[in-house]
Amino acid sequence: MERDDLIEYSLHTHHSEEKGKEIRKKIIFVTILLTAVTILEVGLGAFIKQSNAIWPFVKWSFVILTLFKAGYIVMVFMHLGDERKWMRYVILLPYFIFVLYLIFIALWEGLAVGHAWETYGF
Amino acid sequence: MAGHVAELDSKTLWGGKESPFSTSYGKLMMWFFLVSDALTFTGLLIAYGFTRHDVQDAWPIGEETFNSMPFLGHGYPLLYVALMTFILIVSSVTMVLAVEAGHRMDRKGVVKWMIATIIGGFFFLGSQAWEWSHFIHGSEFGKIELADGSQAIVKGHFGEINNFKVTVAGSEHKKGDVIKEDLLHTFHHAAVLGDIEDGKITLHDGSIAKINKQHDHDMVLIVKKAGKNHILNARIEGKQAEKMYYESLYSGTANKVVYGADLKDNEYGPQQYGQFFFFITGFHGFHVFSGVIINIIILLGVVAGTYHKRGHYEMVEKTGLYWHFVDLVWVFVFTFFYLI
Repeated sequence: MERDDLIEYSLHTHHSEEKGKEIRKKIIFVTILLTAVTILEVGLGAFIKQSNAIWPFVKWSFVILTLFKAGYIVMVFMHLGDERKWMRYVILLPYFIFVLYLIFIALWEGLAVGHAWETYGF
Repeated sequence: MAGHVAELDSKTLWGGKESPFSTSYGKLMMWFFLVSDALTFTGLLIAYGFTRHDVQDAWPIGEETFNSMPFLGHGYPLLYVALMTFILIVSSVTMVLAVEAGHRMDRKGVVKWMIATIIGGFFFLGSQAWEWSHFIHGSEFGKIELADGSQAIVKGHFGEINNFKVTVAGSEHKKGDVIKEDLLHTFHHAAVLGDIEDGKITLHDGSIAKINKQHDHDMVLIVKKAGKNHILNARIEGKQAEKMYYESLYSGTANKVVYGADLKDNEYGPQQYGQFFFFITGFHGFHVFSGVIINIIILLGVVAGTYHKRGHYEMVEKTGLYWHFVDLVWVFVFTFFYLI
């Protein structure tokens, strides 16, 4: 039986011509931003060698800039910023909880295994 | 943009009428799929990080490994991957424009932007094919094992091989023959087998020929695996570098040099580096490929007017989510594989 009381959420995303113009403006802005960040990253990577004293700083700025880019892609391009608060949490919280922990534990463990090999051989 | 419904009693909430996220079923399921797919990539990249932290030998540096451009040769650190990243970002932009056109029920706009997205996707796939081919074939110098057991990658300008002049006849070539074809390939093949000794190459038919090669320029050896005399990341330049390189290459011993990459060995660094490169960029490339195919299928639906009749272009939005996700993953692969 066809239900007529169901809400067709797909229709809620429709918008007008003026709203569309506004959204396109935002898209262009984000495009320029992402391109600029990528150019900045490549410039840093090409000119600052890993032996340089400020390399650790550059490395961390890569991580931060990547998260910055990822944030814009997810929030604007994927429209997660327009979804309800709890949908955002359901999608993003797993990463904040588990992935940060996994990164910490795996990299730390990797260093420990490396040291063990260095000390005791194969 | 999210729709709001005034009455929120438990009957409407749990009766299946209202979605707590005010999102359609299909879109939510696409999101959940992407959450799990992102965790797969997370696992791969973290495994890469683990390996990189536990390996003793020097890990390859992005701007040393990826410094070539099609038609232009060497000396363009990271430019090609930057171009690939830009292509993927732009195709993500055209996709979001297609979704926006869909929200205005502008069928022509959706078609236009989706075609642009698909072209961008093919450009990216082509770039990746070039990159893989370049990675697999490797450089002219390869990675060399020096006399003390250390291993070094080699940078500089490789002097062209003019010809091989046969000095001792074999079953195919006569004495005095000058061979001018397939020189670099023959040279590499013989070098790996240890068939080059003191500037003389033993060809596959048993004949011996003198190598007529131009001088190399600006050669630099960078030690990636420490031996008895050289520490990690040591740089050896100029005449000294040339002497040590050819001492090994022309020693007549097999497996002193590695050209390009396969799953067993590669000229850029540790074995695991090549394996992770093939697996992670390959897995991502496979996602891009599927994304292009899905985009084409949805485009056919748009052209046929299926979604227009339905009253909304949510299918475009869903395939768009997948396409942006592919871009998102590349942003991370770009950073952790090429930049850091």
